[in-house]
Amino acid sequence: MATDTIKQHDAHAHDGHEHHDAGAMKVFGFWIYLMSDLVIFGSLFATFGVLATATAGGPTSQEIFELPFVLVETFLLLISSFTFGLAVLAQNAGDRGAVLKWLAVTFLLGAGFISMEIYEFHHLIAEGAGPDRSAFLSAFFTLVGTHGLHVTFGLIWIAIMFFQISKRGLDSVTMPRMLCLSLFWHFLDIVWICVFSFVYLIGAM
Amino acid sequence: MFGKLSLDSIPFHEPIIMVTAAAIGIIGALVVGLITYYGKWGYLWTDWVTSIDHKKIGVMYFLVALVMLVRGFADAIMMRTQQALAAGGAEGYLPPHHFDQIFTAHGVIMIFFVAMPMVIGLMNLVVPLQIGARDVAFPFMNNLSFWLFAVGMILVNMSLVIGEFAKTGWLAYAPLSELQYSPDVGVDYWIWALQLSGIGTTLTGINFFVTILKMRTKGMSLFRMPIFTWTALCTNVLIILSFPILTVTIALLTLDRYLGMHFFTNDMGGSQMMYVNLIWAWGHPEVYILILPAFGVFSEVIATFTKKRLFGYKTMVWATAAITVLSFIVWLHHFFTMGAGANVNAFFGIMTMIIAIPTGVKIFNWLFTMYRGRIQFTTPVLWTIGFIITFTLGGMTGVMLAVPGANFVLHNSLFVIAHFHNVIIGGVVFGMMAGFTYWFPKAFGFTLSEKWGKRSFWCWLIGFYVAFMPLYALSFFGAMRRMQSYEQTEWQPLMIVAWFGAVIIACGIACIVIQLVVSIRDREKNRDLTGDPWDGRTLEWSTSSPPPNYNFAYLPDVASIDSYWEMKQQPGGFKRELATKFEDIHMPKNTAEGPIMSLFALFFGFALIWHIWWLVGVGAIGMFVTFMFRIFNNDTDYHVSAAEVERTEREYHKRLEMQA
Repeated sequence: MATDTIKQHDAHAHDGHEHHDAGAMKVFGFWIYLMSDLVIFGSLFATFGVLATATAGGPTSQEIFELPFVLVETFLLLISSFTFGLAVLAQNAGDRGAVLKWLAVTFLLGAGFISMEIYEFHHLIAEGAGPDRSAFLSAFFTLVGTHGLHVTFGLIWIAIMFFQISKRGLDSVTMPRMLCLSLFWHFLDIVWICVFSFVYLIGAM
Repeated sequence: MFGKLSLDSIPFHEPIIMVTAAAIGIIGALVVGLITYYGKWGYLWTDWVTSIDHKKIGVMYFLVALVMLVRGFADAIMMRTQQALAAGGAEGYLPPHHFDQIFTAHGVIMIFFVAMPMVIGLMNLVVPLQIGARDVAFPFMNNLSFWLFAVGMILVNMSLVIGEFAKTGWLAYAPLSELQYSPDVGVDYWIWALQLSGIGTTLTGINFFVTILKMRTKGMSLFRMPIFTWTALCTNVLIILSFPILTVTIALLTLDRYLGMHFFTNDMGGSQMMYVNLIWAWGHPEVYILILPAFGVFSEVIATFTKKRLFGYKTMVWATAAITVLSFIVWLHHFFTMGAGANVNAFFGIMTMIIAIPTGVKIFNWLFTMYRGRIQFTTPVLWTIGFIITFTLGGMTGVMLAVPGANFVLHNSLFVIAHFHNVIIGGVVFGMMAGFTYWFPKAFGFTLSEKWGKRSFWCWLIGFYVAFMPLYALSFFGAMRRMQSYEQTEWQPLMIVAWFGAVIIACGIACIVIQLVVSIRDREKNRDLTGDPWDGRTLEWSTSSPPPNYNFAYLPDVASIDSYWEMKQQPGGFKRELATKFEDIHMPKNTAEGPIMSLFALFFGFALIWHIWWLVGVGAIGMFVTFMFRIFNNDTDYHVSAAEVERTEREYHKRLEMQA
């Protein structure tokens, strides 16, 4: 969409400029979406804060959290953020092969994170500490699960991005999408750091 | 196979519902028949359903809103009739379970499916034109937003015939809305209708926020934007920040109901107070989402029809911004009686009263704009003046409710009902009707009948006072809200007066319908070829009516507030001259992905309501696959060729000359 005005006497070709604008606008719009997503997480954190001690006679956070396990999860996600950064650097350098390589690495690390989370959830439910046991566990599963759901969507997105870049290369369509995905992925990292600090660390103490 | 759904889900034993359903069926069949007879399906599909033109999307929003206004009003007059009858042991004609669904549906429909689409519809129609843009930032998303909203609307209407609607009140307070107390599908209809349309609203918020910040034409700095655009900007900020809270609240209730979690249940540590806090942390900003654009409409109308620049433009902007911020720190005044403690109540009471200050600034700005202006008493001006008086009154009863001590007495009484109808009818409805009359010629190229517009205004104004002043009085005698019946026969006369008021409002709605019919009939007579029927001040009036799909052949250059007015004041004035040279214009293409995704969303929502799990899968996969089609579609935009722009512009100028 053209956003610049054109004077009748100095009309000039502006096609390249247009696409640049559209890409920048997408990234800006995505930032705004992330802010609204942040409100979702904020609400879930607040909910967790209110219900953290409402264990209804069920297991407490001290009893169920295993910090070393969660620390490994955390590092998987943190490293995946780093490798995504490398993918974006490769994109800036115009190196399609490297972009695909780092996307694949990021995907594997993210999949590792999700697998560990699924294992943790399954383990808890099998132990009788499922989300229907108490308000605390409802809030825990929902907050962590919402983050996990986001990561899962991120993984699907990475897979699609991988496919799309290998098909059409780095162009005005795929590059802004990569930037949005990168924002999304780092955003999930930041949210996870809050989850780790406020849910697991404080809960285990 | 069909989950909880069976033939028993259709309330054959309820004559009122069956007659309504039959009437809807007949009207629907008639509409379908007419469209088929005139062979208009293709036109509807290509020109409207798949359209990404913000003007058409705006028109569709407003059309749905007007239809739903009739539906919501039908609920209203049923309640008024019931309360006019059911005194002193009389049962009336609506059993409690039906009455409860009606007051829930009335609130939900009027807020989500009348007020919201009116506001968003006007925003769609007007904002890009006012900022000199050719479309919104994300045209596909705009179409998708509309259709997701439509899905919510369809679900609410389906609940009338298939199953039932919630019996919980419009905000579905827990634990009443929990499975234990509401085991039927009513609350599930509420959940999915609001969740899906709410996501559409969030997308709209993001879309217009980016549009206003990134797509303004050259020279239009923030402080040169028309006030309506300013209020739209603030409303979108509120949408972006508050609707996610609604999404979360509804999602948590969903988890309670579907997966047996305990967020808001009575047992296992659930907190009902948290539900009330969360829902109002969205709910209070929501009322400002509705009223701010109405304030914007009044500002445009009053400046145009007094032929003066708006008094105190900057204070108007800052007052809007102040209200935007304050709207997030007053939510607790909806439940002072919850027992949060004196200090907390005092804080929220004072914050609430403080909102009266920026609102007062606005009221005085409008009054000072009129002062020594040449006021033309057109329909939009009547709505505006009616608003100033009615809204001020409603604001004062709001300040009364903001006093925690008084609130303990008035809580849950008819006083609350009278107060919020006072501000919503007097503010939002009047504002939207003013905007409707004011911008209708921009959308369609002819003006609406003044005669019927004024009749509608007087019916609404008088009807409002007759219907709601008795409720203030009744509340002092202890009348509560949501009463299916009551013992006190001495309340009945005032209840009958209130019923009569509702009938007068019905006349007001009828006048709107007649106004549309009459105006469409006389459209050639009321044709406005100039694109500027009111001698307007802002950019939307500088292009033709209805504008071409690209809005402006050349994007305007802005040098001041009310720049179009300033252009007209230049020596020699503003001339609608044909440009000498044309350019290709880059535009988005129509798309079927939005409506198709939303159709799958409808399956998805309906299936979740009735626990038809295979259909849930079909809906989810359908949405995903359709979205993939969008992602891998490279053919999303095109260029309107310079030759075609020239042809369009030449045709318009030929018609202009013929008229001259």
